[in-house]
Amino acid sequence: MSETGTNVLEVRHLCKYFPIKSGLFGRVVGYVHAVEDVSFTLKRGTTMGLVGESGCGKTTVGKTLLNLTPKTDGEVIFNGNVHLDRLSGRELRSFRPKIQIIFQDPYSSLSPRLPVGEIIGEAVREHHLVPDDQLDGYVSKIMKSCGLFDYQKDRYPHEFSGGQRQRICIARAIALNPDFIVCDEPVSALDVSIQAQIINLLEDLQKEYNLTYLFISHDLSVVQHISDTVGVMYLGNMVEYAGKEDIFARPLHPYTQALFSAIPVPDPTVKMNRIILEGSIPSPANPPSGCKFHTRCRNCKGVCSQKAPRTMDMGGGHTVACHIYDPESGYAQEK
Amino acid sequence: MAKKDSNFITARESRRISKENLKITRKLDKRLSRKHVPESEFLTQMKDPGNVVEFDDLHTYFFTDVGTVKAVDGVSFNVPVGKTIGIVGESGCGKSVTSLSLMQLVQRPNGQVVSGEMRLNLGDKAYDVAKMPIEAMQKIRGNVVSMIFQEPMTSLNPVFRIGFQLDEVIKLHNPDMNDEEVKQRSVEAIKMVGIPDAEGIYERYPHELSGGMRQRIVIAMALVCNPRLIIADEPTTALDVTIQAQILELLRKLKGEINASIMLITHDLGVIAEMADYVVVMYAGRVVEKGLADEVFLDPRHPYTIGLMESKPVINKKVDRLYSIPGSVPNPVNMPDYCYFRDRCEKCVAKCQGKYPPEMHVSSTHIVSCWRYENATDKR
Ligand SMILES: Nc1ncnc2c1ncn2[C@@H]1O[C@H](COP(=O)(O)OP(=O)(O)OP(=O)(O)O)[C@@H](O)[C@H]1O
Ligand SMILES: Nc1ncnc2c1ncn2[C@@H]1O[C@H](COP(=O)(O)OP(=O)(O)OP(=O)(O)O)[C@@H](O)[C@H]1O
Ligand code: SF4
Ligand code: SF4
Ligand SMILES: [Mg+2]
Ligand SMILES: [Mg+2]
Repeated sequence: MSETGTNVLEVRHLCKYFPIKSGLFGRVVGYVHAVEDVSFTLKRGTTMGLVGESGCGKTTVGKTLLNLTPKTDGEVIFNGNVHLDRLSGRELRSFRPKIQIIFQDPYSSLSPRLPVGEIIGEAVREHHLVPDDQLDGYVSKIMKSCGLFDYQKDRYPHEFSGGQRQRICIARAIALNPDFIVCDEPVSALDVSIQAQIINLLEDLQKEYNLTYLFISHDLSVVQHISDTVGVMYLGNMVEYAGKEDIFARPLHPYTQALFSAIPVPDPTVKMNRIILEGSIPSPANPPSGCKFHTRCRNCKGVCSQKAPRTMDMGGGHTVACHIYDPESGYAQEK
Repeated sequence: MAKKDSNFITARESRRISKENLKITRKLDKRLSRKHVPESEFLTQMKDPGNVVEFDDLHTYFFTDVGTVKAVDGVSFNVPVGKTIGIVGESGCGKSVTSLSLMQLVQRPNGQVVSGEMRLNLGDKAYDVAKMPIEAMQKIRGNVVSMIFQEPMTSLNPVFRIGFQLDEVIKLHNPDMNDEEVKQRSVEAIKMVGIPDAEGIYERYPHELSGGMRQRIVIAMALVCNPRLIIADEPTTALDVTIQAQILELLRKLKGEINASIMLITHDLGVIAEMADYVVVMYAGRVVEKGLADEVFLDPRHPYTIGLMESKPVINKKVDRLYSIPGSVPNPVNMPDYCYFRDRCEKCVAKCQGKYPPEMHVSSTHIVSCWRYENATDKR
């Protein structure tokens, strides 16, 4: 596998539509546009944060990248030339350990019948990543770094707390020594101290092995801490993408602005100054015309409901899809 | 496989433990499974009728083959009527098991409430849940107390449509509604938690929803029957901040409308700060600090609470490395008899070598279990 390219991942015009079936015979009555025309590149050794409203397609992006669910359209290229959907079964099997995912829902992604030591060590053994006689020690080491204990090895997933299960998923992913990990809400169930421990661990691994992460989280302070770049999704589209410093200092898209204004502060004396989003959330099965955000945007004008905005580069790789920033959209001329 | 660990036990010992466990759990389980138990057996009196629940020295253990996991080891706190109690603590410290105990949903037969009281206020009378048989508890679950579970898929059945599952809950609590009304109510409930296209979602299966949508379905299920006490176990972990705000608003509204109380378990200190009237901090199966939200946030006393507050990444504050409390919790099978936090504590005093610290009153409402505050104790 080539380690030369600086881009671990290139995503071009990724789309994923889920059919909506109805009735007894499963007639397809429409499609959920879960991901629509998403493009980005990820440099080796960096972390991209992916944020956005619940149901906007973050998990679907993660899963289609790894081909865990087939994409509808677009291209996903690893290491400059690897297309997962073009690999043979054998090639795919040997490539798999390099790309891992920490699932959002630990409960359903852990086999209830295997003890935890086996869950973490199984794939390591299968791919001969460490000699068999060292496997046990290796698993212990990984567990320890994730805040789990040796004596928990023989226990089954149901005997753990929610946060402990989440750490089992993290341990399973990093045990395979991957190049790229999709972390889907990896610390959402952890108390802040263990959360900090895990984030520090992810950062240490990144420094040591030049790991790359796609970090999905709704916790913006965590995203701000760990990411190099941040992508904001709304209803299947990537509406804004920029370097971390840039996007937090200068959020451009009205949705990003609303999102950032709602961050709760751990201080009961602070009153929040939230931008409350008006209107109900549209469904990805039946998205609004033009700019998908226009039904809730406080800056909406006539053009917004007629024409989908182009993605504009505002300099320094800061892109945004909104008519306000497009001089040719006619937005500025409108009353 | 050579294990050098002191936690390692021989197969023989494990068999012995296993046999003993069976004896204990059988006995406890038999008590729980009894039928037609007279109400008088579990009738009790609230210490303060202003509380909806009083946890009093609750002990919930798991009897496993490697020993007894003391998941909840002497927890006491009250939930006043119409108030929100925020519960925080290290992952694995017993927050979920405490609330599952109140629901009598701890995994049986291994998990058992072994001692303590959980007094539940039903308005005209009070029950001690610790003494209630399963049969009696079933009538209360969902109606009086309802719980939003930490992992949505534990309470959703993957093979049934969302609508069917919501309908079931509503029918159970409203036996005289007709099918049309039930469906109406279900669709309303989906709308209430902010999911678009409620009619469409009604027809879908759980795996066809996003993580946050599933979480909100579970919230809807818990709220449709207007419970007096809502236990929300990490209700907003999978939700973005805007929807989180909406759900918190919904909880608050419900609380206002029916004067319900909320037990809110979350690791998100921002959410606690916004919602909670009181805060309970747990560590390794015990309560180490409790008090009014302002007291605990603005004046945290227990070294664990202080460490917790420092670990939170704060928006727009740049740090190279996040602070995390060094060390780890003791093995719950062999808890020490001194302060459970001692091995990680940077603020030890001489007394810490002695017994587990008792409750010290910093104010009449602010209580800390830590030797440092021995002299701070108010005369109450
Ligand atoms: N298997 C599926 N079949 C049909 N629809 C699906 C399926 N999986 C996801 N969807 C739909 O695709 C949309 C995007 O879902 P996705 O899980 O990617 O959201 P998300 O951004 O990860 O949200 P969350 O933050 O709530 O986890 C949702 O509307 C969801 O209902
Ligand atoms: N069925 C079980 N068998 C054995 N031990 C268990 C079982 N269920 C929970 N435990 C243990 O009990 C302890 C408390 O678990 P609990 O789920 O209450 O933690 P929690 O405070 O909710 O943590 P989290 O924040 O991670 O959800 C944990 O150490 C866990 O390993
Ligand atoms: S294009 Fe119009 S509706 Fe869309 S975000 Fe920009 S201003 Fe708002
Ligand atoms: S009792 Fe002592 S060891 Fe325990 S938290 Fe207080 S100061 Fe630290
Ligand atoms: Mg998701
Ligand atoms: Mg829990």
